[in-house]
Amino acid sequence: MKIKVRHIFSLLCLAFLMFSLSIYVYPLKKLKAQEFNKVSAVEGRLVWQKYNCQCCHQLYGLGGYLGPDLTNEYSKFQGNEDILKALFKGGMKQMPAFNLSKTEENFLIEFLKQTDASGNANPRNYSIHKNGMIEQNERK
Amino acid sequence: MKENRKNPGKQFLITALILLFCGLLAGVLSSLTYVLPDFLKESLGLSKLRPLHVSSVMFWIILGATGSVYSGLWMLSKKPISILISKIQLILWIIALVGVFYSYFTEDFGGREYWEFNPIWALPILVSWILFLVNFVLAVRKTGKWPVYVWMWLTGIIFFLFIFIENYLWIFPYFREHFVTDMTIQWKVNGSIVGALNQMLYGTAFYLMDRINKNESKIGYSKLAFGMYFLGLTNLMFNWGHHIYTLPTESYIRYVAYFISMTEWFFFVKIIYDWKKSLVEMKSNYSYFPYRFLMATDFWVFINMGQALLMSIPVINIYTHGTHVTVAHAMGTTIGINSMILFAAAFMFLIPKDEQTVQPNKLLNYSFWIVQLSLLVLFVSLDVSGILKGIWQLDPDQCSFGEMMESLRTWFIVLGISGSILMLCFFVFIIHLLKKAFSVK
Repeated sequence: MKIKVRHIFSLLCLAFLMFSLSIYVYPLKKLKAQEFNKVSAVEGRLVWQKYNCQCCHQLYGLGGYLGPDLTNEYSKFQGNEDILKALFKGGMKQMPAFNLSKTEENFLIEFLKQTDASGNANPRNYSIHKNGMIEQNERK
Repeated sequence: MKENRKNPGKQFLITALILLFCGLLAGVLSSLTYVLPDFLKESLGLSKLRPLHVSSVMFWIILGATGSVYSGLWMLSKKPISILISKIQLILWIIALVGVFYSYFTEDFGGREYWEFNPIWALPILVSWILFLVNFVLAVRKTGKWPVYVWMWLTGIIFFLFIFIENYLWIFPYFREHFVTDMTIQWKVNGSIVGALNQMLYGTAFYLMDRINKNESKIGYSKLAFGMYFLGLTNLMFNWGHHIYTLPTESYIRYVAYFISMTEWFFFVKIIYDWKKSLVEMKSNYSYFPYRFLMATDFWVFINMGQALLMSIPVINIYTHGTHVTVAHAMGTTIGINSMILFAAAFMFLIPKDEQTVQPNKLLNYSFWIVQLSLLVLFVSLDVSGILKGIWQLDPDQCSFGEMMESLRTWFIVLGISGSILMLCFFVFIIHLLKKAFSVK
């Protein structure tokens, strides 16, 4: 029994490692790189974490529940960066005013451009397959 | 019988109980910010309270699981556990906890959701976990045939270590370059780490049942138990994808998760099948606290698994994703399942056997039932507000986000009240257990 348990355990672990590696190495979704500065967007993700934006806001429905989902916030304001910057600095209701530096503001905006370019997080923008799976519609 | 006084698991369980106390307090204060927007906005605010709540409760589960595994090993293993290693492990945890709380109070964030503290404090946790693995392996390596719960404990420890390292891959820019890949890995971590902790906790539940039945049951070696273990392990590895059905990942990731999630119906049907047998057992052990908490676990597994199975079907998930239904699921599992198992373990390992029954203490008896009832109210209030938000999400003529949140106010008030009652009743148990733990000679 002990040997059999070990074998199944090892086999499952191997499958898990292969599955994990396939995720690490495979570029899952090619984003439209021309729409944002990749280097700044990578830094913008750190600004998002530094100010704990995830505490209240979501990306693709994942994150906090107090504020709205920000995946497509950039499109929502037709790319008007001044409005976004005013929101960062001014705050509203439970949201405090954040004291972001100019560089941090720009990084965060590039990150929001990146999330926006990745797809549309609106739940109304999904098709339903016969087997119960859902698929995001192509962006127009 | 080994001296329980020297059991290294006790210190971990005591630390875990103190963390639960902090986590509950921060949780109730967090819920108040939903109803009173200016409450503590300038001092604590949700940006500090939420991580304080989530991390404290998460560490209650992690340290509680560590304490339970050590306590179980202490009773089981013929080979002594290294007290020195366990002490270094605990000291590293305390350093990490001080750092994490300091990080939150000074707003030195930088980590990801659930791990928002400055990543430097992950280092002592990592070293501590490696020591835990070493201590565990040293204790069990020459033990003969392992019961299923030893396998589950080992699995939980190994996978926690792997996933904890994976949790910090984002430090390397390569992993942040592709936003969707990055989010996929983040939620792979968040999903699997729960599975790893569940292995340790369900292993503890198996062990406790074995002890309650005075080691007469053969469940620890049965083929069915091992079958369930492998099914749980497969789910740990592959079913996390149900968190990201809406994310535009490669479809194989979502299909694997969908398929594997559906195997949980087997657990669900088995619970219903075993229900009658459980009721007979419950009558004979009703007054015994460890057993009673395990019975409560059974009930909450049933409720949560039912909901989780529905949420794992993508076409239903689209309605509940990003809403408080997800929070209801998280609360139901962490409080209803994980915490109930940990309280069963704390009663078993922290206080003498003759004081583990209900009769001498009416306050504990009432608190137990109020906990179950208030948790149910809390669960329902979150589910209702989640469903209402789900309807709003799919409405083409939706009102603003602020108006939608305002319309949920009544349910947030119910959430705050039930959460406060739940906190007070848990305090009764925490204080009782800590008093007993410190008074045992």
